[in-house]
Amino acid sequence: MKYEVDQRDPRFKISHREAWIGIILVTINFIWWFGFAYGMGSKSVESYSYVWGLPAWFFYSCVAGFAVMVILVILAVKFLFKEVPFEDEGGNS
Amino acid sequence: MNLEVMIPLIIFLIVIFFIGFWASKPLKNTNTFLEEYFLGGRQLGGFILAMTMIATYGSASSFIGGPGVAYNQGLGWVLLSMAQVATGYFVLMVLGKKFAIVARKYNAVTLIDFLKERYQSKWVVLLSALSIIIFLFSAMAAQWVGGARLIESLTGLSYTAALFLFAASVMVYVIIGGFRAVALTDTVQGLVMFFGTLILLIATVIAGGGLSNIILDLSAENPNLITPFGHDGSLTPLYVSSFWILVGVGVVGLPQVTVRAMSYKDSKAMHKALIIGTIVVGFIMLGMHLIGVFARPILPGIDVGDKVMPMIAMEVLPAWLAGIVLAAPMAAIMSTVDSLLLIVSSAVVKDVYLNYIKPDATDNNIKNISLTVTTVLGVLVFLMALSPPDLLIWLNLFSFGGLEAAFIWPVVLGLYWKTGNKFGAVTSMVLGVGSYILFHTYYPNAFGMHTVVLPILISLIGFITVSLATNHSFNKPSDSKLQTDGKEGVF
Repeated sequence: MKYEVDQRDPRFKISHREAWIGIILVTINFIWWFGFAYGMGSKSVESYSYVWGLPAWFFYSCVAGFAVMVILVILAVKFLFKEVPFEDEGGNS
Repeated sequence: MNLEVMIPLIIFLIVIFFIGFWASKPLKNTNTFLEEYFLGGRQLGGFILAMTMIATYGSASSFIGGPGVAYNQGLGWVLLSMAQVATGYFVLMVLGKKFAIVARKYNAVTLIDFLKERYQSKWVVLLSALSIIIFLFSAMAAQWVGGARLIESLTGLSYTAALFLFAASVMVYVIIGGFRAVALTDTVQGLVMFFGTLILLIATVIAGGGLSNIILDLSAENPNLITPFGHDGSLTPLYVSSFWILVGVGVVGLPQVTVRAMSYKDSKAMHKALIIGTIVVGFIMLGMHLIGVFARPILPGIDVGDKVMPMIAMEVLPAWLAGIVLAAPMAAIMSTVDSLLLIVSSAVVKDVYLNYIKPDATDNNIKNISLTVTTVLGVLVFLMALSPPDLLIWLNLFSFGGLEAAFIWPVVLGLYWKTGNKFGAVTSMVLGVGSYILFHTYYPNAFGMHTVVLPILISLIGFITVSLATNHSFNKPSDSKLQTDGKEGVF
């Protein structure tokens, strides 16, 4: 019932880095979402501006924010994520 | 109810049934039954992985409950729902390749297998199995009730007949096909959810006379509807933000989602799933909740939130197309319950029976037990859903947040913090679930945040303090752990 998990496995270094990228992305996502929603949305309704018919706070926070996250995830995966094997042939056998 | 709506729905149920049936073929000749049945042999590709994660996560509340609340609250609730974009990438990135690699080394088939090998503790296993069985069983029953009510309202069948139809179509493919059938049907269901949202969103915008027009109508009725603060200004930024814990990052702790993070084939599948998952989950959440808001000027005065989505579909679409679009919430419910049924079954078979009752069971034995347990559970849920007991309804209220509070730290810190130990894990689980129930009962939405926030913090503090406190008395500090992890001596 005992299995070796060598914490120095080089694949884990890659994985740790990618987990941090996840945390950074979610932080950016939250700041963008919060900033536009409450930064622009807290004004009085009469002074709202509109993009594509939607209130600007909503457009930037939810519609543009979603698009930005999709782009960031694509860029992160294409340029920062590395492919590693999951099986153990090359491990410390 | 008219036939044109019913026919597409029934065709949908039949198609799902056959896909499930077809997917069960590879199960017949395999010598690793457990891994096949509960994890699809870890062979999921990127597209299926993304779809099964989203479809499992997206449930009745995304398609029925959520749009209903958005109808009453306005754009503020759409804002809140957008916290769920994070689930599209966060879970897979944070658990990531390390979880996939470690799960393979441990030969883990369930989340509890992972916890068992990581913490080497009977108590961690029993507590986890207990929380999964109790919470997910009640969540499952609640979804079945939702599914049956939906069929009931769309077709005019009696509740019992609707429940039977629903139960039969889900159970057959889960029982015979296992995880592979669940993942494949999830994929079809996910596609139905995606395109259903797209069609209905477009039709609703057109019926409302365009975006500008709808927003004008909304602000004429009540300007608060187009602010981030809800119809009466009561959605505070803190409250809305706290949903990032419940439906955003906390999802890492949901066993039905986590188990999918050990089911994929290779790095490529994971990369692809990250991109597809983010796009699809974001679109569905944005679209469905916007539909709820946009429905308001078109169909004013709906007083039961759950009826908004079915009613707007019938209003803005021709009947046959409404039938197809209404297969989307059905798909959302089915794709959630099938995964829950399987995961509860795996907790009973793999985590309790094989660990503690009969560890030396033969492969054939395991196969029979798995099929039997899944069937019995399905029948039990069916009976429960016929007239749900109060206890079950009460438990369902905790299922989402309670499981997150129980599992998030034992999983995440178990993976990344080597000092974390079984004492910390047990403390964290007990404190998480216990404080969640207490807060929910005596001080809901404490300090203006969703109830889940404090229990997650408390269980984090418990995990860290107890792990550190018990670390010294047993072992040398962390760096020696590098070698002792291997136990049999590295090199």
